[in-house]
This record gives sequence, structure tokens and C-alpha cells, in this order.
Amino acid sequence: MNITSAQYMEYEGKNSCIVIVVDGVTMHVPLDPDNRHYAEILRQVAAGELTIADAD
Amino acid sequence: MSKAAELAALIGSQSALSNRNLIINGAMQVAQRGTSGINSAAGGGICADRHKGFSNGGGVFSMEQSSTVPNNEFAYSSKLTVTTADSSIASADYYSFQQTIEGYNIIQTGYGTSDAKRLTLSFWVRSSVTGKYSVTCFNNGGTEGYLNTFNISSADTWQKVELSWVGRTSGTWLKTNGAGMIIRFDLGGGSSGHGTADQWTTTSGYGNTRTADSVDWIATNGATFYMTGVQLEVGEQATPFEHRSFGDELKQCERYYEKTYEYGTVAGTPESYPTNMGMRMNGFDLASGQRYMVFRLRTEKRARPTNTYYGHLGNSGKISTADAGGTLTERNLGLSVTSTSMVGGGSSNGAYAGLMLYVVSDAEL
Repeated sequence: MNITSAQYMEYEGKNSCIVIVVDGVTMHVPLDPDNRHYAEILRQVAAGELTIADAD
Repeated sequence: MSKAAELAALIGSQSALSNRNLIINGAMQVAQRGTSGINSAAGGGICADRHKGFSNGGGVFSMEQSSTVPNNEFAYSSKLTVTTADSSIASADYYSFQQTIEGYNIIQTGYGTSDAKRLTLSFWVRSSVTGKYSVTCFNNGGTEGYLNTFNISSADTWQKVELSWVGRTSGTWLKTNGAGMIIRFDLGGGSSGHGTADQWTTTSGYGNTRTADSVDWIATNGATFYMTGVQLEVGEQATPFEHRSFGDELKQCERYYEKTYEYGTVAGTPESYPTNMGMRMNGFDLASGQRYMVFRLRTEKRARPTNTYYGHLGNSGKISTADAGGTLTERNLGLSVTSTSMVGGGSSNGAYAGLMLYVVSDAEL
């Protein structure tokens, strides 16, 4: 999965999801290990291939 | 098969008379993401719902919903075409067409227990490349796998294949909303995936995806591979394909992928207002720049989904606002709440008469 950017989004002061861009498409990924995109994000972070930016 | 033989097969099997096919969309009739131009990918590309095309290597194949079928019992097949051949496959590379079955749906198999039942897989297949092909039944993670093979001896000719194997009493087979079972058709791969046919094997992961003498379909540029009528059922023999209504099949697919666009509209397609706005989501503009958009998905998702929001111009991460005259403007989403019923906000305040967006909700395995 070609994730070109990743950033947390906050809701009421807590991270609610991660906004990623994959092949130019912006997706909102829940913080749920049963979600395949979140699982892939965690894998890429662990492999040092991806960094998640803090929320604005 | 005669009617008497069909009845005998049903009675002789351990299957229910209905809902016995563990494969969703086996007749390839549902294609919510589009009907052509979708490529295989490392994470799995999808054309016909629930069927993934994987390419882990330099090769690529395209997928489309085809009207080429083995007989008039079917209207569609999945057609795969090699667009970038891989003729020097590395040991860890693999190419496959597969469906991952949710754990809740394999409970009846008894896999991982002493009551594990025999399973039977049947399907129609056609390929431009003759030779031996492999298909494996895996658990989640591919640590347990039963490797089957079948031969295609005549190019570009439909044939029906029936395979059956003994149940697996050991290993971990999820019976939850996770990946319970994977049926993987091999289309080419390296030595890391070579295994022995007609037996259960325990490996560190997908170690018996294919026999060493299986064909590398991916190595031939322009090669085609068609499949339809895929059925996996409990029992020792194949029964006639269980046709489900389009509505029932779509509903099952929506547990993994749903969109608020009309069925035939690909996500991200620009929509013209007000004549062709399909099933967009409408919202309300309250005072002080507070805006609310409430929606419920038609079908409960397998897990919390990844949501993609589109404005009317087809751009993702957007919401469209309408002024009093009905003119739409796409704006960045300012606040996002996933997996609940509310989405709200535009990036700038203003007096909008309404909000509109489309949602694609993805909980695929």
C-alpha cells in the first residue's frame, strides 16, 4: 500500500483517526487493529517506512 | 449432471440446502468499485467484490468483470490479464487471486477442532496458459495450508474443476470477524511458496502456495485467466452452484464495502447538480458555522471501516457546500469522525444552505 502521507486527526482533544493519502486518495482510518488499513499503517511504522504526523 | 444426480449430491453432502456457499459473490455479479481497469496490487486490488488480486513482485495484472461465461447459467466472470509480465520471479514473489472468508462464516467447518469437516471447492476456469495450477486453503496468516492442483490442458477453453480435501483438526482458525479462511488461486510465485500437493502443511506463512511445477501465468504478457461459479461448501462432493439474488449478494458484499454513490457509479466520479447527484448525503447548516450531516450505513460493517469522503467534483477528503442559489463548492473536511453516524464541518465558516458528500466505507479483510 503506497501511503504518501499520514496524520492524526483529533476529536475533542483525542486522536480519533488517521488521515492517509493512498495513490492520491484521502482516507480516514479508524484506530482499530481489525481495520486492514490501520494494520498496514502499524506495520509500516514498525518497519520505519512511515511516520504519522501529529494532529494540527 | 442429471436432476437425480444433483439430488443425490445434495443428500450425500453435509451441506445445507441453502446458504451453503462460503464464497461471497462467487458468480462475480457484484462489482461496486468498477467493472474494469483495476489492477492487482501488493495489498490486493479488487474488481469483483470480495475477490482480491495480489501482485507481490514486478508483474501486474488487470481485472475486469467480463461477460465471457461458460454457459448461460452465469452472466459474468472475472477476467484477469497480464499487463506487466514477470518472467524472472524472485523467491519471495507471488501472484494470486483469492477470497478471504470471515471467521464467523467458517464456524460450521469445525476447522481447528476434532470435528473439522471435509470441504469441497468447485469453479469454472479458463486460461490462455495451459499447465498445472495450484489453489490452497489457508488459515489466517497462512501457517496451515492444504495445497490442491488442477490441470488446464486446453487453452482458452472453459472447464469445471472440483476439488475436495479433509478437514484440518489443528492450527488456529479464527471464528471471529477476522480472517477465518483464505482460498488462494496461484498465478505465479517463487520458491519460498513451493509446497507439496494433496496434504496439510504447517509453515511459517504461505509456504505451500504452489507446487514447483505449477505454471507461472504471470510470466506471459497478455495472458488471460477467467473464473466464475466459485463455490466452497462443507461436504465431500460438489453440489450445483448456489445462485443468490443480486440483492442478497450485494448485501453480503456491503459488509465489507459500501458506497453512497449509485451502484453503477464509480467512487470519485464528478456528479452534476442537481440532475445527477445519486444518493448523496445531505446535511444541515446551523447558526454560527455549525453544520451536521447524519448518515447510517445500510449494512453493518465487519469492523470499523476506513471512510473516504468525496465532494461533488469527485475529489476525496472534501465536502460540498451549497449557497442559497444552489451553487456547490468543494471544501476541505475540517472535522472528521469515523465509524459513527456523524460527519461535520467545512474548513471555513459561511452561510451555506446545505452540505453534500458521498461516502465510501471499506471494511474489507
